[in-house]
Amino acid sequence: MSHVKSLADLRKLKEDLQGKMSLREKSNHPESMVQVKVAMATCGIASGAKQVMEFFINEFDKRNIQAVVTQTGCMGYCYAEPTIEVTVPGQEPIVFGYVDTKKADEIIEKYIKNGELVEGIIPVKYQSIEINKENK
Amino acid sequence: MKDLSLHILDIVQNSISAGALEIKVSILEDQDRDQYSMEIIDNGRGIKAEDLDRVTDPFFTSRTTRKVGMGLPLLKQNAERTGGSLSISSTPGKGTSINVVFGWSNIDRPSMGDIGSTMALLISSNPAIRFIYNHTTASGSFKLDTNEVIEMLDGLSITSAPVYNFLKEMINENLREIQFS
Repeated sequence: MSHVKSLADLRKLKEDLQGKMSLREKSNHPESMVQVKVAMATCGIASGAKQVMEFFINEFDKRNIQAVVTQTGCMGYCYAEPTIEVTVPGQEPIVFGYVDTKKADEIIEKYIKNGELVEGIIPVKYQSIEINKENK
Repeated sequence: MKDLSLHILDIVQNSISAGALEIKVSILEDQDRDQYSMEIIDNGRGIKAEDLDRVTDPFFTSRTTRKVGMGLPLLKQNAERTGGSLSISSTPGKGTSINVVFGWSNIDRPSMGDIGSTMALLISSNPAIRFIYNHTTASGSFKLDTNEVIEMLDGLSITSAPVYNFLKEMINENLREIQFS
């Protein structure tokens, strides 16, 4: 009969990971890490947000990128789900829409690693040229 | 929603938004009574009595980002389509309890789907919330409590990818044992 995992196996996993993880825990300040918030309301979940979130969790680990992946509620862009908000340390948060695993991979490789903007940005915060002029 | 685990992920988000610190998800597969029941109990802020009758109305929501709330109405519709039902009780300040029953053998009952990844996602991305998952079938039951996981990890972060993958596999393997044995 095959072995079924139990919490006791978690202890073994913990021992295996101890060295690797303890290094990460020391730098566990969210503001110094890439933060990805995945919109996980009904609209997001029905559009595949769960697979996208799972992808980010595993790929950040595989690619050795210090990141925090969390869930958030509906950001109001139901038409463009799955939507995610990415905050790179020191930068303004950027919301991306229509994110599938292929787009997620592009966001990691181009935006998160190299700061290069990719298609699919939802302009959440912006100022029109007129407003800027009035303020001057 | 393609499967029941996605409904659970969706409904539990309501509990998280309501500030719950303890969320119990219980599944009971009762073939003798031809029922597949799911119960979600939280200790969040609860729902006001005047809103309780309206939460399954798709045009009611407490959100401000949009004017529709589809989570509970979709779940209710899916349950009723299999001869089942959905009931909610809530006490403001104490919490909310949602009970949904599907017809076990009904052809329209969605499959459970990947409940392992749903629970693992919830547990690993909400470390401050205690999740208690119970799944019972005629062959046995499986229980997972966030507190036990944290105790086993002994200071190590619950939010890491290896822990997420471990929990996902552990839940699914144990469920296979009680579903197909």
